[in-house]
Amino acid sequence: MMKDTPFTKKHIELGAKMAEFAGYNMPISYTGINDEHATVRKNAGVFDVSHMGEFILKGDQALELIQRLTTNDASRLTDGKAQYSCLTNAEGGIVDDLLVYCIAENKVYMLVVNAGNIQKDWDWIVQHNIHQVEMHNISDKTCLLAIQGPNATKILQPLTEMDILNLKYYTFAKGVFAGVENVLVSATGYTGAGGVEIYFEDKDGAPEKIWNAIFAAGAPQGLKPIGLGARDTLRLEMGYCLYGNDIDDTTSPLEAGLGWITKFTKDFTARPIIEKQKTEGVSRKLIGFEMVDKGIPRHGYAIMDEKGNSIGHVSSGTQSPSLQKAIGMGYVDTQHAVAGSEILIAVRDKLLKAKLVKIPFA
Amino acid sequence: MNFPANLRYTKDHEWVSLEGNTATVGITDFAQSELGDIVYVEVETIGKSLQSGDVFGTVEAVKTVSDLFLPVNGTIIELNPALANAPELVNNDPYGAGWMIRMTVNDPADVESLLDAAGYEAVVG
Repeated sequence: MMKDTPFTKKHIELGAKMAEFAGYNMPISYTGINDEHATVRKNAGVFDVSHMGEFILKGDQALELIQRLTTNDASRLTDGKAQYSCLTNAEGGIVDDLLVYCIAENKVYMLVVNAGNIQKDWDWIVQHNIHQVEMHNISDKTCLLAIQGPNATKILQPLTEMDILNLKYYTFAKGVFAGVENVLVSATGYTGAGGVEIYFEDKDGAPEKIWNAIFAAGAPQGLKPIGLGARDTLRLEMGYCLYGNDIDDTTSPLEAGLGWITKFTKDFTARPIIEKQKTEGVSRKLIGFEMVDKGIPRHGYAIMDEKGNSIGHVSSGTQSPSLQKAIGMGYVDTQHAVAGSEILIAVRDKLLKAKLVKIPFA
Repeated sequence: MNFPANLRYTKDHEWVSLEGNTATVGITDFAQSELGDIVYVEVETIGKSLQSGDVFGTVEAVKTVSDLFLPVNGTIIELNPALANAPELVNNDPYGAGWMIRMTVNDPADVESLLDAAGYEAVVG
């Protein structure tokens, strides 16, 4: 049975096209992906991403547990800072990609995980929680709105005394927002357009209060609700990985270009395997490409070399609304991962030319 | 949703308008709305004699791709040239400037046997 977020009714009232995503009834688009995409790139838009999962880890051993299970170095975090990281499995694949928030250094951390992986991640962490770190799955009662775009913080600033205009990337503040207490405002996002993500508890009418305050402040300035369709085109233009498409249990962080969040300054699950990949090189790499011939690449299409040998597969693809070009990401054998080189994409019954380009695309 | 009464429809969400032996074919308001922003219409079957139900092309939207099925037996004579540079016409004006193909139909009576507006509305309702 599909779950609702506290905003599902609102999306339906607003006429969004709805669909099931990771078990939740989510808005895919309101006015059209291109229009919503442009709204976020040029102005500001609001995404309901309350389907995402949040875990609280508490106690003296919380940091040790996070360090042991994730690839990034969480010991670098101080109060009010967040980092992008990966949970790795025993084979060096990715259990999930996530954000680690340092609420109180060495004491309280929040992990934000993909909706489709909440149970898997929870079970994985519980299974490795040998020091009995206190864990709370607060996913069901936590709302998450992403307000993204160059004008997002300007629109929101009047709603709070927290200084969100000057919030640095990957830092956060906690305080009163639109009259609601204990709202966490984080300068993060999945669009590359700037803005914040705000977390708050689903109680005492907070979702309604916050949603209405945001639109009362923003609608006159062109703020609009945005669906998951545009969220996908926005993230793909930036080359951000989508779990289940570009990364999964079988892809290593190094293959996926996530070496920058893989720190060998400490031990973590499958570190020897991943360190060996770093020394010896990986056999395949996630690359970006744009179509030369007319056609749209899609997840799962085969990638061939000029002789027609299979060299990999497309992990994500779309028509980029900003670039007006068809773009994609995919895994290819490392020898073919050379910027500028030509590849062929098997688009249904045809082989279409594409060329490797650097990520981000936009 | 708008389903003009002067058109005929298929359960595959295409509409047909007949003049003599020539039919104009497009996708319905419902279909364009389901697909979302259309970015590319591909038809490589011009001049081929095809049967009703045959795939005659594909329509690519930002998020998805869908086959196009010929509504009646016949031969495609033209792809709407305006779609090459303005595929969004299919979204903005599905029954007008966003038409997709013109075809010669083998038997005009085949068009009459397709769904009328009320019948199609029942399909998507």
